[in-house]
Amino acid sequence: MAIEVTEQQADHVSAAIRVSVPDKGLKQDLRAVSIVWRRELIRFRSDRLRAVTSLVQPVLFLFVLGTGLSALASRGMPSGVDFKTFIYPGVLSMSVLFTAIFSAASIVWDREFGFLREMLVAPVSRAAIVIGKCLGGATVSTFQGIVILALAGLAGVPYDPVLFLTVIGELLLLSFTLTAFGVMMAARIKQIQAFMALTQMLVMPLFFLSGALYPLNGLPTWLTVLTRFDPLTYIVDPMRHAVFSHLNIPPGTVAALSPGVTWAGWHVPIGLSLGIVALMGATMLGVAIMEFQRTE
Amino acid sequence: MSEPAVLVDGLVKRYGEVEAVRGIGFEVEPGETFGFLGPNGAGKSTTIKILCTLADPTSGTARVAGYDVVKNRDTVRRNIGLVFQDPTLDSYLTGEQNLRFHADLYGVPRAHLNQRMRQVLEMVGLWERRESVVATYSGGMKRRLEIARGLLHAPRVLFLDEPTVGLDPQTRSSIWEYINDLKQREDITIFLTTHYMDEAENCDRIAIIDHGKIVAIDTPENLKASVGTDRVQISTSDDQTAIQEIKDRFALDAAIHEGMVTFNVESGEHFVPKLFAELTQQIKAVSVARPSLDDVFMSYTGKTIRDAEATAGDRNRAHVMAFRRGR
Repeated sequence: MAIEVTEQQADHVSAAIRVSVPDKGLKQDLRAVSIVWRRELIRFRSDRLRAVTSLVQPVLFLFVLGTGLSALASRGMPSGVDFKTFIYPGVLSMSVLFTAIFSAASIVWDREFGFLREMLVAPVSRAAIVIGKCLGGATVSTFQGIVILALAGLAGVPYDPVLFLTVIGELLLLSFTLTAFGVMMAARIKQIQAFMALTQMLVMPLFFLSGALYPLNGLPTWLTVLTRFDPLTYIVDPMRHAVFSHLNIPPGTVAALSPGVTWAGWHVPIGLSLGIVALMGATMLGVAIMEFQRTE
Repeated sequence: MSEPAVLVDGLVKRYGEVEAVRGIGFEVEPGETFGFLGPNGAGKSTTIKILCTLADPTSGTARVAGYDVVKNRDTVRRNIGLVFQDPTLDSYLTGEQNLRFHADLYGVPRAHLNQRMRQVLEMVGLWERRESVVATYSGGMKRRLEIARGLLHAPRVLFLDEPTVGLDPQTRSSIWEYINDLKQREDITIFLTTHYMDEAENCDRIAIIDHGKIVAIDTPENLKASVGTDRVQISTSDDQTAIQEIKDRFALDAAIHEGMVTFNVESGEHFVPKLFAELTQQIKAVSVARPSLDDVFMSYTGKTIRDAEATAGDRNRAHVMAFRRGR
């Protein structure tokens, strides 16, 4: 009798397994990537305050600093370009910088509030979770960049579809790399205060050393060297190149304001610049995946 | 015959010098509700972590739903549901969004998802609130949502780690109604840990764990029957002298637990009058209790579970407080 019951139970159990066991492998991992990505979007949509506050700083830089300094800067600048237009690509990357890092910070929150555990005990590869997180961060921060991009006219940048697609592509690349960087750090840093302090310490130097606010030529050697080590440099320059190529300005002005990145006199092509950012992103993604794969 | 739902053999977990689990072994049959009873720090959570593939054993083996927890980690994960002691919900998402997230991670077939989601949400009485953001849920609702989520992918074994800790008594009993209801509806094995004696009564079988070892394992009825004596607690004008007198005159070992002189004796109600006649110390208060799981715990470990909690130290203070409030 007891055996009968057990067998009956076993039948029910196996019926339940047929429902529960998913297709193993890529399809299942893609579904996990997709849901982790979508969660970032849902959370971003419900957090309007964050969306608004992270626009404050780029807008301040572009319109307050940009307008305030344009009279002063115009004396030293070749004719035909507004200072706001000049710093516009830098401001775009800045808007992405904050949102991307904050997206990664949500991993630290998730750990603190337990939700990370729900993700880490799931029968999917940790890579799927980390990739989903990075794609999510990249999407929401690119979206923030697009909001600033909508203000292009106010900075004297034309609404040109090709230019916009180029810049959006570059923002996406930057966002992904920055989120991967943040996620990599979030794997190690368990406290939100420590994470915030560290990012605050890193964000401003990254921005100031990127050539967002000044051209990359004619700098003292120490600053030249530092700018070449800043990953942001390799995205601000291609973006500025894209913006300038859609403006009617004399070649002399372009050469003075958008000289391109050089390594000991060698001009780094745009493709290589973007390649460097992509490689950094991929490397940091790889490290982040490895960090999260270690068993507790 | 089907395999045991949980099979543990010679399990050891060492953290540096500390041996959290010291060679335990047991089996849980499919469909059984099995409880791990013991104070905080006894090794309950460590054991459940190993069974849920969240920690690797130092030595020994553990199989869940027929799969080795180390060798077939992902298969084990697919076949278990987890409800942790601490919340693991995204409070910015709605109840339904939390479940959908889980369904995608566990690969619940989309064709069955809506039906299954309704089933588990109705079971825990949250169907009406599914579109509310989890931040607006009460503590009991959150725990119920976690239970619903743990069941969503139709696991064969559901692990509940201290399912009612930190909840008020009313909410605790309602959670237990849901768990008991669940046993009727789903063909599932439940493995839970608790340090609440009254909750352990709900289990088919209990393992009492202390200092990383299983000291007793049986049904609650058998365990209580094995004690056989009533527990007498008295408060006197001089407890130390009273303990000495009880030892001298009745050959009983008494000790102070929970601030009262405590000892076990057969048919306590007949013994108490003798106590009044013999003790020189004034007796201020008396209580006689039938064997409870508290006494079972005491007879196997030499202390009450509350004493064990107290020695667990400050790091567990919050749980101890919750435990006292809960009583």
